[in-house]
Amino acid sequence: MNKTSSEKKEINELTRVQELVYELRVSEVMTPRVITVSPESTMAELMSILRINRISGTPVVREGKLVGIISIEDLVKAYAARRGNDLVGNCMTRKVVAVRADELAVQAVNLFAQYGYGRLPVLDQYGTLAGILTGSDITRGLLRALSQRYHAEEIRRYRASHIFEDIDSADTTLMLRYHVAPRDFDNGGQASSKLKRTLQRLGANPALLRRVTISAYEAEMNLVIHATHGGEMIAEIGPHRILLRTEDDGPGIEKVEEVFNPGFTTAADWVRELGFGAGMGLSNIKRYSDNTYIESSPATGTRLYAIFKVSPIEADADETKG
Amino acid sequence: MKLKDIVDIVQGTVLTKTFNGEMEISSGGAADLMSDVLAFTREGNSLLLSGLTHQQVLRTAEMSSISAIIFVRGKQPPPPVLELAEDLSIPLITCVHSMYHACGLLYKAGLPDNGVAALMDQ
Repeated sequence: MNKTSSEKKEINELTRVQELVYELRVSEVMTPRVITVSPESTMAELMSILRINRISGTPVVREGKLVGIISIEDLVKAYAARRGNDLVGNCMTRKVVAVRADELAVQAVNLFAQYGYGRLPVLDQYGTLAGILTGSDITRGLLRALSQRYHAEEIRRYRASHIFEDIDSADTTLMLRYHVAPRDFDNGGQASSKLKRTLQRLGANPALLRRVTISAYEAEMNLVIHATHGGEMIAEIGPHRILLRTEDDGPGIEKVEEVFNPGFTTAADWVRELGFGAGMGLSNIKRYSDNTYIESSPATGTRLYAIFKVSPIEADADETKG
Repeated sequence: MKLKDIVDIVQGTVLTKTFNGEMEISSGGAADLMSDVLAFTREGNSLLLSGLTHQQVLRTAEMSSISAIIFVRGKQPPPPVLELAEDLSIPLITCVHSMYHACGLLYKAGLPDNGVAALMDQ
């Protein structure tokens, strides 16, 4: 049941299209310049209007107001009945289904499905004809909006992911620093969330992204839970290596040699009730990183270092080591 | 398995505006220990069942790339958690079943486990 990455991508794209249908307004996709015909025109005049403009139907308008709609089908019927000189006003459909320009495109899609019409006149808030809408207008509008959005995110990603190539130095490191407040359980995780988004923009592959963000989150929660005054979480991002470190000024750990043993914990009961403090955080960090180092004492507080190698081939590797 | 089918199976109620019933869920897991989720969840479109309803369940889901969360025993998360869920685009569902019962229903319906049972390197 596992989805391949291309299938996953397809699902994401699909949801993005669905989102867009619910965001696009009729006014953004309609054709604003409408060819119209007056009810006083003859059917013969209508025929040449349709032929010259290569359209198959048009709204009928008197003094800016929509009074009906007429299509090539009405024209054929009129000619079959030898009424070529009859007026458009006598042959048109008077009960017109129209959409408002400020309605969602999806409402127009529903109307198309409900009535089976090929086009819908669009009215502005005063009931004046503002444009015309066909099914292919909606498709084109969706494609345009989709590609604009795609390009915007692509450009942002491209710029961010090329930052190391664009900066010319012997060794470039991007340093991100986050302050983590003590005992603020509700907001804990925000720093890791921001770090995750930044790494995504920088083009980190999913496996590396996961290893770093889970480690960052465990480290951040340790600061929230244990550090008396909270602390700092710093990510130093280089082209070949990410160093994640946290610093606090206490209380420090007495038996620092035991901290990587699974199950080692000093967490209070309230922390455990919230689903943390089972003594797995540091061993998780150790498992997800390539190298972990901790120095701590009651006098100096705690410094945690976790190193992640950035290798270009990691993109296809499993998310966990060993 | 589609998310809307999962909601039907556990007779759940969707709590967020963020909800795409057509989303494919490929596996599921259940935990009240967030470190367990962080340690054992495999990558993929997976579902988390939990009895906890605070922000950190969502943060854990975010870091582990979990696609949807079901709260058991009819638990309702507080408004800030609902807001965070909308921000993170993670749908939240509540159901009246116990964790054991909800897991049983989904497992019987064919939703596989999303995790490694234990770490082999320890």
